[in-house]
Amino acid sequence: MVGSSSTIGFRFLVGALYFFLLAPILVVLPLSFASDTMIVFPPSGWSLRWYEAMFRHEGLMKAFRVSLMLAAVVTVVSLGAGLPAAYALKRYTFTGRDALTNLFTAPLLLPSIVLGLSILLVFVKLNLLGTFPGLVVAHLVITTPYVVRIMSTALSTLPPSVEEAATMLGAPPFKVFCRVTLPLMMPGLIASAALAFLLSFDEVVISLFITGPRISTLPVEIFNYVESKTDPLIAAVSVVLVAATLAVVLLVERSIGFSKAMVK
Amino acid sequence: MSLVLPLPVGRRFARLQTLRLPLALLVPMALINLIAFVLPVARLVQISFLEGHGGVLTDTATIANYLGFLTDSYYLGLIGNSIMLAAIVTVTTLIAAYPIAMFLHTVSPRWRNVLFVITISPLLVSAVVRTYGWMILLGDQGLVNDALIGLGLISEPVRLINNTLGVVVGLVEVLMPYMALSLIAGFGRLDPALEEAAASLGASRIRRFIRVTLPLTAPGIALGSLLCFVLSISSFVTPKLLGGGRVFLLATEIYDQAVVQLEWPMAATTSVVVLVLFGCALVFYTRLVRRFD
Repeated sequence: MVGSSSTIGFRFLVGALYFFLLAPILVVLPLSFASDTMIVFPPSGWSLRWYEAMFRHEGLMKAFRVSLMLAAVVTVVSLGAGLPAAYALKRYTFTGRDALTNLFTAPLLLPSIVLGLSILLVFVKLNLLGTFPGLVVAHLVITTPYVVRIMSTALSTLPPSVEEAATMLGAPPFKVFCRVTLPLMMPGLIASAALAFLLSFDEVVISLFITGPRISTLPVEIFNYVESKTDPLIAAVSVVLVAATLAVVLLVERSIGFSKAMVK
Repeated sequence: MSLVLPLPVGRRFARLQTLRLPLALLVPMALINLIAFVLPVARLVQISFLEGHGGVLTDTATIANYLGFLTDSYYLGLIGNSIMLAAIVTVTTLIAAYPIAMFLHTVSPRWRNVLFVITISPLLVSAVVRTYGWMILLGDQGLVNDALIGLGLISEPVRLINNTLGVVVGLVEVLMPYMALSLIAGFGRLDPALEEAAASLGASRIRRFIRVTLPLTAPGIALGSLLCFVLSISSFVTPKLLGGGRVFLLATEIYDQAVVQLEWPMAATTSVVVLVLFGCALVFYTRLVRRFD
């Protein structure tokens, strides 16, 4: 062990800080099995009643289905729009290319509370408030910048000479893309698909401005529930959410190595 | 005109032909960007200069919203609250994340990878869930109050949420991974040999930290602080839930004005003020970083 930072006291401090960082996530697991009707920690007894309550709660289950559907549609459209854009930005030169790249990633710089309000102000005129297409478009604006960025990085690590070789051997451009470029970009593609899905599924602030009585997403329902009631129901929902997120990450990790795809 | 047309028409046409594919590839992305980013932001700025109440807007251009904002002590108080809270959160997050980054710098690579993943893993958990976790921990019947009563330090539960304290604790935890990421990047520039050299020349542990470690990791500190400051000024979920309607900030005001009171022009004006604060933080950061190099 090197230098100043290996004393027992310092290790204890770091351990305590990690405990602080992970405490709010770890605490929901025991609470979700509580038998109390209010938030009491540690719980006075154990049961599965809150998991039952979760499956019987119609509002939450409906919102869960909406969120799942929404995340799936957003993922597909994000890739459909982001991948061609990244390809055009990396494989062609034209005036205004850098400006366009900046414009496409600019929504990341805007706070979501401001972006949410801005979208509300335009969608109210387009009659997109409280509609599924409205939610899709609003989510696209936060997922596509990541897709464009990850795919651009994936494309710039892929030497154009490979594509040129295929072209010289007589393959038409579309075939080159499908048979050469796309398979080589698979890690980036999977990573951006997973990220787009998770971002859309977790998005709450922008959705708050667009959802209404007619349609709502799971994070918005959770937010509204937590704001008005305090019981362990949301702990059960949280455990399911964390488990689902973990499953997606592990799936990606098994297929390509998450950290590898992100760092590249 | 002849000056801007150096190519013969035929070749110009050919060039247009070769550009048609990339243009077509860019269209879907450009449309999304236009409908959900460019137009909304333009509309936001426009509405901040319009009159209107209750979701109805008139076409009269006015600067009354800004004048009202900047002369009303309530709104000025919101700016003060937000900046103050963001500053407290930023400093606390820095103090909380620095030891973690420092520890990661010294452990063996295998441990470093494991701890790195643990450090950023909270980013995958929704802020709503993590805030809910703090409501469990800090509530009147929560773990912290229980422990304090059990230790005999207090006899009745202390209020730890529905006030600024709760918001600070929640935000520090939510933003810690961002700060840690920036600091870890900053520590990458620090060669352990420099610390060893300082030690072998007889510098005390504290002196080594102040004269070697701290200055060399300053760029990471600056980046992390900018990120935390900007993210806490615009954070909404954590202050709304842990503040319990008793903590008044710019972000919560934007939401209330827009969704509850339908005062869109004022919500837009408040948003523009937040963006101006963002700009100020960015300018300050750029000036600061220029000094490091």
